Formats: sequence, C-alpha cells, structure tokens
Amino acid sequence: MNFTDSKKKLLLAGAICGIIAAVLAKLGNPANMAFCIACFLRDTAGALKLHTTETVQYVRPETIGIVLGAFGIAVATKEYRSSAGSSPMIRFLLGMMIMIGSLVFLGCPLRMVLRMSAGDLNAWVALIGFAAGVGTGAFFLKRGFSLSRAYETNKISGTVAPALMLGIFILSFVTVGGVALLATSKTGPGSMHAPIIASLIGGILFGVVAQKSRMCFAGGIRDMILVRSFDLISVIAGLFVVMLIYNVATGNFHIGFTGQPIAHAQHLWNILGMYVVGFAAVLAGGCPLRQLVLAGQGSQDAAVTVLGMFAGAAAAHNFGLAASAAAAATADAPAVAGGPGTAGKAAVIICIVLLFVIAVCNKRKTAK
Amino acid sequence: MKEVDARGLSCPEPLMMTAEALKETKGPVKVLVSEPHQKTNVEKFAKTHGRKTVTTAKGSEFEIVIE
Repeated sequence: MNFTDSKKKLLLAGAICGIIAAVLAKLGNPANMAFCIACFLRDTAGALKLHTTETVQYVRPETIGIVLGAFGIAVATKEYRSSAGSSPMIRFLLGMMIMIGSLVFLGCPLRMVLRMSAGDLNAWVALIGFAAGVGTGAFFLKRGFSLSRAYETNKISGTVAPALMLGIFILSFVTVGGVALLATSKTGPGSMHAPIIASLIGGILFGVVAQKSRMCFAGGIRDMILVRSFDLISVIAGLFVVMLIYNVATGNFHIGFTGQPIAHAQHLWNILGMYVVGFAAVLAGGCPLRQLVLAGQGSQDAAVTVLGMFAGAAAAHNFGLAASAAAAATADAPAVAGGPGTAGKAAVIICIVLLFVIAVCNKRKTAK
Repeated sequence: MKEVDARGLSCPEPLMMTAEALKETKGPVKVLVSEPHQKTNVEKFAKTHGRKTVTTAKGSEFEIVIE
C-alpha cells in the first residue's frame, strides 16, 4: 500500500501507529512512554551495559522491530538501497546530541507528541523549542547546508544494522551460568513493558508503516516551512488524534504541568533540550524514528546516527546529563522538582554551540 | 536542458534543488536522485506545480524529466 499519495492515507498511517502505541501502553509499556525512540534506545543501551542506571535497562523489542520491519518492507518493495559516505562522523555527533537533548526533555519527538496527547503541558512548551530547532535547521538548509553525498555500497553492508539489531534481540535471551547476559531493570521505567512478542510485532508493524509513510517528526515541521508541504505533518496529526481519543477514553488525559509521569516542569530546559533535538534532526535528515527506518532500508549513514544515539544515551546516564523526573512528596522522601543538573545544562549549551558550528561549516559545493 | 544532480543527498535537499531549478527556468528540468522516496517526492512536487514528469530507472538510481 502506498501511503504517500493522499493526505487521508497519511492520516491513516499515523492513526495505525497511534493504535500500536495505545495497545502497547495498555499491555504494560510505561504510561505516556508507550513508544519513545530515545527512551527505548536508552533502555537498550542500558541492557548492553553501555550505562548502568538500574532503572532504565531493558532490550526494547520495539526499536529492534522498527529496523527489522523497515528492512523487510524495503526489500519487499524494492526500496532497499545500501549506501554510505555522507559525513558519518558528523552524523555520529548529531545522533549523540539528539539523544542528549531528548534525555534532558525526557523523550524524543514521538514521545513529545504522546505526552501532548495526554495533556502534559510541559510537552507543549517543549514543542516551542522543537519547532524553533527545526526552523533553525531549515534556515541553514536554505543557505545550502549539506552533509554531502552518500554513495552506493556493497548490498551486504546495508544489512549490518538490521543484523546487529536482531543479534541484540537474540542476546537478550542468553544466560551464562544461569545469569542473563544483558541487564534488565527490576524497578523503574525499564521494568515496565508489554510482553516481548507484542512489543516485537508492534515494532515491526510500526516500522513498516513508518517506512511506507516516510513518517518523520522533524520532517513534518521542516516541510511546512521549506516547501509548504503538509504531507508529513498529516501523519503526526493522525497519531496525535488517536492517542488523544485513547487517553480521554481511558482516563489518562490529565491537563497540567505537574503530576505527569516521567516528566519535569523546568520550562527553559524542556525548550532548549528539544531545540537541540529539532535542530540536530533536521541537519541529520530526520528524527530518531526516521533514522531507525533509514538504517533499516540500507542507509549506513543513518545507522551511524543510531550508533551516535546509543553513545549519547551512555554519556547522558554515565555523566549525569539526563534530567530527573519530578516526583511528589511521599512519607519517606520530599518532593523533587526534577529537570537536568548542572552537567546536563552545560551539555545542552555545548550541543547548541556545536550545532551552529556544524550548520555553518557544511555547505553544498555548488552553494559555496 | 537544466540538470539537477541530487544523487546521494539527504532529504529535503533534492526537493529544494528541484524547486530552485523550476524557479530559474520555464523549460524542462532533468533531476537525478538515488532513493525511491526522493523520486516520489520530486514527482509529487512537480505535479502540484502543474508539471508533467517522465521517470526512468538508471541502474539503482532515477532520472526524472520535468516537462
């Protein structure tokens, strides 16, 4: 099915992904983190012990499913194309920055939309930063920003990313001397998950639909600005509406800044965190979800961006860059305002400076 | 014929370069792209601007002539 030839079909594509997210939330994924690429890559990085924050370690079959689903549908519809060579190390840095920005806000653009649909006003505030970041990226694209050409590579090379993802999935079942090889959280968000098979199937379906619809959260706003195209934003709108209906119907819709699950109300840092994500995603040619899909369909440059996101997740947790969630006071502990610490704030500022350097220094040859 | 070589470039560069070329000339424009989704995007863009396209596969890449 070709989703891209009409807005109705694009809305439908978004709605299907919304239903997948809603079902996975119902089956056990954390509240309003039903489907978050940044959080799930971070959890997977934790399972691989790239970081050791005990509450966020779990091989998320959803992200693995997205890559495998995108790979399968791309091969089946002859859209698989093995390519590489478009400034891979800059893309690695962009991947790191996308993850650091996401973990300061506590969510990727996909989770931002899910949080918005659950009434989390912090996510609406963060949208301002995200849109501004995308706008800044679009400004540099207009000025001729480019990470230069990718070239076709040996077909097998493009299968490495899907194969690695499959390998991680298989390793998640391996035990050595009765001890699981990979880490799994016993408490916290990492311990909350839908059954493995449901997560994997959900991820594969999500990957298939995202590949066919070209779903991209950064691209939605970028294309509105650059080419007055409302195609990609239609997909996001479909997803938002389905999740809004689900949240209202199940009593999960709570409008406000406080009491939101795994969120904080440090507005400036929500804005700046998502500014980094929007800016970096436009320079990288797509949001975290799109990078996974592109990695699945053979782009090794996108695969390097995904590796950058893994490294970013490790850095964010190993060096305390990730924000903490706000928490109400309990009998044992006082209330916590949450938000990023000093290191996280410094990291966001460094990321913004670095993004401007990258944006200024990379121009298409003809645009010089 | 004006030619746009957008092979191997990331989105949305092929589309932006096509838009620029269509602004510069009223005549036909030949666009070269690598990825199937970029081919679709360029065809759609031309269609919404009232132009016809003829696409031919060139190995693993595509040549779109906007008439």
